[in-house]
Amino acid sequence: MSTSPPGYELLGESQDESLLALSGAWAQGHSPEPFRTIASQLISNPPHSLTVDGTGITHWDSLLMAFLLQCHDFCRTQGIAFGTRQLPQGILELLDVATAVKPHEEPEETPAPWLSTLDPANLLRRASGGTRDSLAFIGEVTIAMGRLATGRANTRLKDFTAFCYQTGPNAFGIISLTSILVGMILAYLGAVQLRQFGAEIYVADLVVIGTLREMGVLMTAVVMAGRTGAAYAAQLGTMQTNEEIDAISTMGISPIEFLVLPRMLALVVIMPLLTVYADLLGIVGGGIVAGGMGISPPQYISQGMGALSITQVSVGLIKAVVFAALIAIAGCRAGINSGRSSAAVGQAATTAVVTSVVYLIVADAAINIVFQQLGI
Amino acid sequence: MSSSESKPALIEVRDVTMAYGTNVIQSDLTFDIHRGDIFVIMGGSGCGKSTLLKHMLGLITPDAGDILYSGTSFYSASKERQDSMRKRWGITYQSGGLFSAMTLEENITLPLELYTEYTKAETKDVVAYKLALVGLAGYQSYYPSEISGGMRKRAALARAIALDPEILFFDEPSAGLDPISSSLLDDLIVQIKESMGATVVMVTHELPSIFAIANNSVYLDNISRTMIEYGNPAQLRDHSQKAVVRQFLSRSATADEDSA
Repeated sequence: MSTSPPGYELLGESQDESLLALSGAWAQGHSPEPFRTIASQLISNPPHSLTVDGTGITHWDSLLMAFLLQCHDFCRTQGIAFGTRQLPQGILELLDVATAVKPHEEPEETPAPWLSTLDPANLLRRASGGTRDSLAFIGEVTIAMGRLATGRANTRLKDFTAFCYQTGPNAFGIISLTSILVGMILAYLGAVQLRQFGAEIYVADLVVIGTLREMGVLMTAVVMAGRTGAAYAAQLGTMQTNEEIDAISTMGISPIEFLVLPRMLALVVIMPLLTVYADLLGIVGGGIVAGGMGISPPQYISQGMGALSITQVSVGLIKAVVFAALIAIAGCRAGINSGRSSAAVGQAATTAVVTSVVYLIVADAAINIVFQQLGI
Repeated sequence: MSSSESKPALIEVRDVTMAYGTNVIQSDLTFDIHRGDIFVIMGGSGCGKSTLLKHMLGLITPDAGDILYSGTSFYSASKERQDSMRKRWGITYQSGGLFSAMTLEENITLPLELYTEYTKAETKDVVAYKLALVGLAGYQSYYPSEISGGMRKRAALARAIALDPEILFFDEPSAGLDPISSSLLDDLIVQIKESMGATVVMVTHELPSIFAIANNSVYLDNISRTMIEYGNPAQLRDHSQKAVVRQFLSRSATADEDSA
């Protein structure tokens, strides 16, 4: 008996009263007809009252309760009186609890027509809003820097040194790997072209200048964007989720001074150092490839020294400082503006990496154009 | 109390010692929780109430002793057996434990999808029913971050009862709620427990809740690092031999000599 499938039958006892007789085992594993099949019958021929009869029920779980709740809500919206008979006590109690609070109804919202999302004025407003927010954030950071310079900022030295350690020494491994490989790639690229003119020796110049001005710092920056920028965004995003940033603000401490400045300064101090390290390894990597092409190490070194100059090194270092500030701003801004859920923290980390890479490439191009015009 | 003692215990905690490394939190905990009880684990802040709950939930293995469910040791059971025991539990965590990246509907759908044979349409209906039980009908598409703290607690309760559990574990269910919401939540817990025939184990130090709904309790002491009282909290308040328990339950800092 307990294995008989769940079912129901709508009986019109009289014109006004309908009886819904339930039977069988209403539990998971058996699927009764969904409620909407009788809903259509009831709508086409609405009774004054509907009574649910539970005499035939052998077994029940939440499936029955879900069905009864649908019955109840349906009757309420259709203005049909809902009644029960011969239902077990437990079911009645649960039904009482479940129907004690009226269902929440979403306020009506007229969706904006799809084309309006393409309205140029709207798009412009949104884009300018984003830019304004970015500029406001940079402005706040600048003001905080001013306060730091005059010794009035709530920035802790301990935080700064901890972030320096996190950003610097911990990144040596990955920076070593990427910069040696990029140096080698540069050398291969150059050697193949230069061999056509019998000018393989200039591979040294190409690697030195290419690494110092461009590739050393850019690769370091990309690694730091993925490594540190994302970490900053995730840290600050989690702090936002835990209401730590609220706590900091209500203590009268500026989150920018307390959280953003130490991170940004650490990156600005460490990035140039990492860049010098990356440059060195990049040049060594180029030397390995050059050696394989018949350029002896002394030749490579003496030719490379000719290309090396303070200008080339400082171009790289200036870029390193600018890139570090951009990565820190992109990361911290994404973290501070993060939403308060685990998904939002993930989103913040993604935004941080994507924006910092875009910033890096745009800034690199801009700096190159300026230096070109200045003849540096 | 006396009637429930004749029935076999649903949960038996046997000589449990809890420690973090060499730091012993509590030792020699032995008590029974009977079917149909609303059992409260109480004690001062930091005495290890939540830690005890985590031991009972199998999240932390006890340093010594055992915990038995319906006579079966949890910690010597196989992984599969442990999982099938866990399926009969419903749990709410101190900070809710709702998945913040999922809507309320998805939160409750997850256990139903994993462990029941309901079809997709039935699951949807069952989720609607569970939310209605906690007074959140119609909030299916909301994210936990979009509703109030009290609603989050109730949503967590809806997820805990998704599988019609035999035992409900609550870690500070009414912490951070106003007295009215807190008492409504208590009522809700009692109603759901009564109608589902479940057993409730909860960690709390909300005195009104304790007296309103609990019928049995254990008191963990901070100083001696073991349980010093076991019994109905209302009786313990008036008749406990331990001054600290009477103080705790009557919310006074000094021992009330008269009530001894």
